[in-house]
Formats: sequence, structure tokens, C-alpha cells
Amino acid sequence: MKSSIRLNLTLAAALALVLSGCGSTPNEELVIGEYGSLTGNDATFGTSTKTGVEIALDELMAQHQDMIGGLKVKVVVEDDQGKPEEAATAVQKLVNQDRVIAVIGEVASSRSLAGAPICQAAGVPMITPSSTNPRVTQQGDYIFRMCFLDDFQASVVARFTALHLKLKKVAILKDVKNDYSVGLAKYFTDSFTALGGSIVAESDYSAGDQDFRGQLTAIKAKHPEAIFVPGYYTEVGLIARQSRELGIKVPLVGGDGWESAQLIGIGGSALNGCYYSNHWALDLPDPALQSFLATYKAKFHSDPDAIGGLAYDAANVLFTALQKLAEQDPDTFKGLSSTKAGSDLRKRATKKLRDLIATTTNFKGVTGTITLDENRNASKPAVVLEIKDGKKVYNTTIGPA
Amino acid sequence: MSEFLQQLVNGVTWGSVYALIALGYTMVYGILRLINFAHGDVYMLGAFFGLYAAQWIGAADHPTPVRAFVVLVAAMLGCGAVGAIIERAAYKPVRRSSRLAALITAIGVSLLLENGGILVFGPNPRFFPQIVPSSQISLGHGVSISNQQVIILVVSTGLMFALRFIVLNTRVGKAMRAVSHNHMAAALMGISVDRIITFTFVLGSMLAAAAGVLVALQNPKIDPLMGIMPGLKAFVAAVLGGIGNIPGAVLGGLVMGIAEVLVVGYLSPSYRDAIAFVLLIVILLVRPTGILGTQAAEKV
Repeated sequence: MKSSIRLNLTLAAALALVLSGCGSTPNEELVIGEYGSLTGNDATFGTSTKTGVEIALDELMAQHQDMIGGLKVKVVVEDDQGKPEEAATAVQKLVNQDRVIAVIGEVASSRSLAGAPICQAAGVPMITPSSTNPRVTQQGDYIFRMCFLDDFQASVVARFTALHLKLKKVAILKDVKNDYSVGLAKYFTDSFTALGGSIVAESDYSAGDQDFRGQLTAIKAKHPEAIFVPGYYTEVGLIARQSRELGIKVPLVGGDGWESAQLIGIGGSALNGCYYSNHWALDLPDPALQSFLATYKAKFHSDPDAIGGLAYDAANVLFTALQKLAEQDPDTFKGLSSTKAGSDLRKRATKKLRDLIATTTNFKGVTGTITLDENRNASKPAVVLEIKDGKKVYNTTIGPA
Repeated sequence: MSEFLQQLVNGVTWGSVYALIALGYTMVYGILRLINFAHGDVYMLGAFFGLYAAQWIGAADHPTPVRAFVVLVAAMLGCGAVGAIIERAAYKPVRRSSRLAALITAIGVSLLLENGGILVFGPNPRFFPQIVPSSQISLGHGVSISNQQVIILVVSTGLMFALRFIVLNTRVGKAMRAVSHNHMAAALMGISVDRIITFTFVLGSMLAAAAGVLVALQNPKIDPLMGIMPGLKAFVAAVLGGIGNIPGAVLGGLVMGIAEVLVVGYLSPSYRDAIAFVLLIVILLVRPTGILGTQAAEKV
């Protein structure tokens, strides 16, 4: 008898738990979603994004006790393991289960492209901090980006290679499964040939490959003066190493996919004398950047990468838009609360939020001044970093042509 | 011409790694008629054991040839033990069941090792320390080889000869050959069949571990799923050479490595993985017993 009572009680408690899980939470919150590759081949992309958002949230906590317009801000993070198909699942979950009001993510363009249509269809604003492929924001008017685009980035690398390094013959080694890499390679070819250079060899690999000697040997036979490698840091490190072992001494050049604290760890001294375009350089004396660096170092005891900086900016742009909405239209703002999930009121509120994000102008971020254009992209200059003795050193800044 | 020679050097080095893994497949098949699909994951474990051994003895910070050798031996012993455990715990209980049961068990063990690896080692790629600092040796005519490639070639050739010696010139090797012909008859001759089977797994796993460390030395990115593709390709290499046939596995591995590098260099890198399976289909159609195989091959 006794045991059956206990059983009943347990069941009742379990039922209560389940019900409370399904129903609206008593605390009214603003739930923001974030997805990224916390694990997998390019894990630092996801973890840097997460730390960037965390710091923005910390500052919000310090200034406004974690509140915007009387609602507590909560960030739900989903891991997509670096796979586009998982990215779609993660965003589905954020939108349909966690009922987020906005999504921050992703770094990799392939995974942003997987998530964007879902956010667009649900009317949830999505801000990608660092996806550079132009197609990402073309997915719809709810998709925003905090960084420059690949056509611009590729033209920066092309101009740097042709005009600063004064090289005319370049080979390309791209990741054929990656939208970002394929896009960069194409735009680079266009800009570089327009500047009078020629592409002497083009080869490709797939993310996750271990051995690039076959491609590099074929490239070496064409005697390029530089190799453009628009990939992500893991493969870039291995490619650098293997190219040096094959006796290829020319510089490798690349884009912001190289940006990771692990790049040097993998490539080692093979990367010395290589260049890549990036969103920031840590050795620039910008005050906003340096104060972010100090905060980051105090919390994580290491240097942030630009991916983290962009995520920090993305979170702040979103918080600013939320604050504006709370001030201008408190009634609509209340519609964003988690208790209003799924209602028409909520739909109207996210639409308003979208409009406010779209009007972001002259936002002073740590990665530069952000003004969103009519295509919801930020146009910012790019910096070129040189790798010298295992350190990333600022070389030059190249603005829109 | 120098490009072609360089590609051959790349292909032979890569192929000798496939050969080491393929030997494990072929030995187990020769004795048990079992395709041990977990073999590629033992190769992965070899790389991780090497990583931990290198960190343990400080081979990462102060590389010496002796330390590098200790890392290799430690990984081989670790994987040898794992091979014995896998055989005793997973395959022995189903040895008298249908062959399909054993095959499915092998796939299960493979999944267990991969996902267990993700659990224990973490899902992110790890970086194998430079236990032998790389340097480059010029062979003339613009062809060069790295000292790590030389180590791969020397160590794998050495291990293959050691295996040949064990199989052909020792009592236990004779017993292995006897068991591969007929379990029952071998048992009647006083051979402990169980022990010989375990020994075969240990031997094969040690070779896979060596391959794991050698590859990690050259391509320092290792992760718990790194064994899947090389494992499948080495299996194809074993079939190509004639499964159950030891020289065949070596030949198959080399053919595979060279074919892969030539496809990458002269056709398209996208066909890198496809070539392995094209070779498999062709060999099954044209000569199902494999290049050096004699007995009728089992199709899996």
C-alpha cells in the first residue's frame, strides 16, 4: 500500500514536471537562439561565437541586470557539429521548441544557408556574425550579416596579391564541398584576372581530407608564385605543412576561414610568410577593440579571434534593437515575451524587431563601424594579416574599391 | 616527369599505410573468414594511444628518436591488448553462430569504438605532436621526400617483413597457417585454436596501430572518426590483392595508394574516394579472387 502511494506521488510529480515543461514558463523571458559548431572539424568557430555572445550578455548583465524592457534575456545555444544537416535541425529546434525571438549564427556559410530559410519562413530575424557568402542574406529579408561579403573579400586578397605582393601567377586549392570556399575561389579568379594576373592551376579537396600531396604536387609543377587557399583553418594548416615538405616555398594566401587560434598550432612554422584577409587585427589601437580584448582576456585567459568579435557585435546589434523596441513601442515589445510564443502579437513584434535591426546605422562595434545596407549586409573594410614567426601581424587595410 | 615521380613517391607512402591496415583484414579473414570491420577503428585508437603516450613521456616537447620509438611501441602494445579484448568479448561468443552474426557484430564493435572514441577523446580534432621534426630530402630532378615519409616506408616495410617471418618461420606462424586451413584438424594436432585466433587479432591490431601512429606523424590531425575511410579503403585493398593472402594485401595497398594519388594529381581530386570503390567493383567483376588470390572469394 505504502509503496503504491509513493509510486502515485512520483507519477504525479513526473506529470507536473512534464506539464510545466510543455506549458508557458511562469517567468517572462526573451529567448534568443544561437547555433554553431561547438564540436567538429572547425569547432573554434562555434566556441568563439559562443564566447563573444557570452561577453555581450555579461555586459548587459552589468548594465541592465540582464533585462531589456523588463524582460530577462536568455540565450539558448545549439551545437550543429559543423554539419549543414545538423544546422537545419538545430535551427528547427530553436524556432519551434525554444520559440526564440531571434537567432544568432552561423559562421560557416553552408550552415548559415541551411538555417536561414527556416528563420525566414518562421519570421524570426537571424543575424549571421561571420558568414561571408553573398547568398546567405539573399535568403530573405529576415537575414542579416555583420561582416563583409566574399566578393569583396576575394577582391581584397586579389588586390593584395597583385598590387602589394606584385605576383602574377597564382594557383587555387579550394574545398569543393564548401559554399564559402567555392565562392571565394570564383570571385578571386574574377578579380585577379581583371588585375592582369593569371590562375595557373586550380585543384580542390574535401573538408576532412588528410593528405593534399597529390594536389600540391600537381600545383607545384605549374610553378605558381602564390597559392590561394580559401579554406578553413584545419585543412589550411595541413596544406601549409605538406606544401613546405614538397619544397613549395611560395606564400599561401587566404580568407577569414583561416581565423582561429588553432591555425598556427596545426600549420606551425610552415605558415610563416603567408597572408590572409580578416575582420580585425588585434594589434590595431582601436579603443573599442582594445577594451573588448581586455575583457576577453580577463575572462578566458586567451586572445579572442575575429569570429568572437563579430559574434559580440552581432549580439550587441540585436540587444540595441531590442532596447529601441522596448522604448519606442512597449506594447509590441511585450509580444516578444516567451509567454506569447506562437501568437499573432508575437509575429508582429518580431516583424518590428526585424525593421529595427535593418535600420542599424553607424553602430560602433569592435570589428568596425556597422551600417546595414538595403541588402542587410554590413560594408566594412578588410585587413590583411601576415603570419610572422608564428604571430598574426597587421599588414594593411583595404577598403571597398 | 618529375611531377609523375613525385606523385609515385606520395602514392607509395600512402599505399604502404593502406598495406599495413589491409594486412590485419587479410589475416583475420584468412583464419576466421570474418571481415573485421572494426579494424579501421583500431587504427584510429593507435593514433590516439600514440598521442597519449607522446604526451606522457614528453616526446612532444623534446623529440628524440628513442622517444618516438617508445610512442610507436606503446601504441602497438595498447592496440594489441584492445585487439585481444575485442576478439574475446565480441567475436568469440558468436564464433559458432552464422557468419552473418559475426559480420554484424563487427559492425557493432566498429560503431562502439567510433562513438566510444567521441565520448572519451572528445569530438574535436586533436593534433598529434611532432615527435619527429619534419625535414625534406631532395631526391634530385625536383622530386623530394620528407623524413617522415621515409620513416613510414622503412617502418612499414620492416613490419611487413617481421610479419612474414612470424608467419613462415615460427611455430606460432605454422599454427596460424594450420588454423587457417582447417580449425578442426589443427585442434586435433594439439594446436590451441582459440589462442591462435587471439594472437592473430593481436598481430593485426598492432600493425593497424603502427599505421595510425605513422599517419598521425605525417598528417597530425586525428579524430575519432578518422578510421572509417582508411579502414574501408584498406578492406578494398585486401580484396584487391586477394583476401586472405598476405603478399596480396601489401600489393593491394600499394596499388590503392598509387591509384588514389594519380587520380588526385591527373584526374580530379573529387574522385579520390570513388577510385577505391571503382577498383573494388572492377576486381569483383574481372577477378573475384583478387590479384594474388587463389581460393574462391567470398562476397560480402
